[in-house]
Amino acid sequence: MRRLAGLRRALPAALVALALLAGWEAWVRIEAVPTYVLPAPSVIAQTLWQDRADLAAAWLVTMRITLMALLAAAALGTLIAVGLAQSRLLARAFYPYLVALQVTPIVAIAPLIIIWVDSLWAALLICAWIVAFFPIVANTTLGLASADTGLKDLFRLYGASRWQTLMHLQAPTALPYFLAGLRISTGLALIGAVVAEFVAGTGGSASGLAYRILEAGYRLQIPRLFAALLLLSLTGIALHGLMTALSRRLLRHWHASAVAGER
Amino acid sequence: MPAALTFEGVGKVFADGTDALAGLDFHLDHGTFTAVVGPSGGGKSTLLRLAAGLLAPTAGQVIRTLATPGPGAIGYVFQDPTLMPWADVRANVRLPLKLTRMPRREADARVKDALALVGLDAFAGRYPLQLSGGMRMRVAIARALVTEPSLLLLDEPFAALDEITRFRLNDELLRLWQLRRCTVLFVTHSVGEAVYLAERILVLSPRPGRIVTDIAVALPQPRSAALRTSRPFEDLSAAVSRALVEAIQA
Ligand SMILES: Nc1ncnc2c1ncn2[C@@H]1O[C@H](COP(=O)(O)OP(=O)(O)OP(=O)(O)O)[C@@H](O)[C@H]1O
Ligand SMILES: [Mg+2]
Repeated sequence: MRRLAGLRRALPAALVALALLAGWEAWVRIEAVPTYVLPAPSVIAQTLWQDRADLAAAWLVTMRITLMALLAAAALGTLIAVGLAQSRLLARAFYPYLVALQVTPIVAIAPLIIIWVDSLWAALLICAWIVAFFPIVANTTLGLASADTGLKDLFRLYGASRWQTLMHLQAPTALPYFLAGLRISTGLALIGAVVAEFVAGTGGSASGLAYRILEAGYRLQIPRLFAALLLLSLTGIALHGLMTALSRRLLRHWHASAVAGER
Repeated sequence: MPAALTFEGVGKVFADGTDALAGLDFHLDHGTFTAVVGPSGGGKSTLLRLAAGLLAPTAGQVIRTLATPGPGAIGYVFQDPTLMPWADVRANVRLPLKLTRMPRREADARVKDALALVGLDAFAGRYPLQLSGGMRMRVAIARALVTEPSLLLLDEPFAALDEITRFRLNDELLRLWQLRRCTVLFVTHSVGEAVYLAERILVLSPRPGRIVTDIAVALPQPRSAALRTSRPFEDLSAAVSRALVEAIQA
């Protein structure tokens, strides 16, 4: 029953995709558009299958950086938010620098980071992290400060320590905020990983999807470029879906965004 | 033995200049049941928050002399249920014991008793979102009682309930008070409820709230439903109502 409901939810998007692909395929065939300008979906699919070993290896590299960066963003972002929530002075002192880090274009500082950090892999990770961490910090900080005033009184009444208030009141209050931030950061981590790879532009066995895209562009292997792009988009959609499911699961009993059943 | 709770010339002016309470002078003896009635916005909730030490007075002082001082000595039922939405009923009721670091096993037994008391044993695993408004209020009451406080502060706890449930919980509260003999300060806007429950009624004026009348309720204990239709009950209710009307008009 619930599986069926899930299918029904995915149906509109699937129909749109089907219509787009059919139109694309028809146009390319009727107008005889050359493959190096715009390959037909069928050609892209074929390439995806033919180059699967190569692309899968590259996909794994990009995924590893994305997930590590996301994990680091979640862990460090939460830590920073908890730190900022401890005192207004601390927040006022450090928040502007976090914002500065967030608005600095990653393409501008990625070369520096790649020069400074010996391991290329670590450099890419740092770049992806810089792109991804901010929504988690901003959201979690807001969440930690959003505890219900009545509940705060209650905790005070029973002489709760700072730690108890953090763990049993502020943290649960902040959870939905954190999860919303995490969802945004997931997409950003993927973007960050890809952009950093673009800037690094290195090949070899350890190169990710971004490098495959660059390489295919140089060699005018346009179907392969599209295949890599498709893989990236599908990964982004899958990660986003995963985070949404996680969020619903964690909040299902109590948060308005996730409670099941009739209201 | 000194009074459980003493207000000495207590006044409260909020930071924004709102003059909520002025010149409150009264004391509550140990084990007594006192009701506070007054117009909306007259400072009743503020009075309770001062009594609990959640607010500091801007004039005078509030003195508590409780049999067992320390956290857990005061039970407070807020005007809103104020439950943690992420925790089930059991965890909500257990919170005060967790914060005061009571051992798990003892806490479990206390939580069970408190839930039985408000008739929610069957709903221990539910989340606040799955409860009715009245059930949420009963969870809040169970939570206030779970530490076996010596001072119990209640802010219009039954206002959202239907009359039958309210009457039943009134009797439960009285039974509990007879049993534990804690000091109770009960805010209500229902004159009938105040007369039925309390030994003494403080009538508050509109803002800035001050005590305009202090009425002793000389009705026999334990009280029962028959009392509500008796002559002395009606006379007292009329007297309190009149005091309230006079306070508002003055
Ligand atoms: N934190 C606050 N800051 C400023 N003013 C406040 C604050 N809390 C309460 N007040 C004001 O103090 C007055 C008394 O409020 P209080 O909540 O004590 O009234 P009440 O008698 O409990 O009313 P009700 O019966 O409607 O609950 C009101 O005018 C209110 O606006
Ligand atoms: Mg009030």
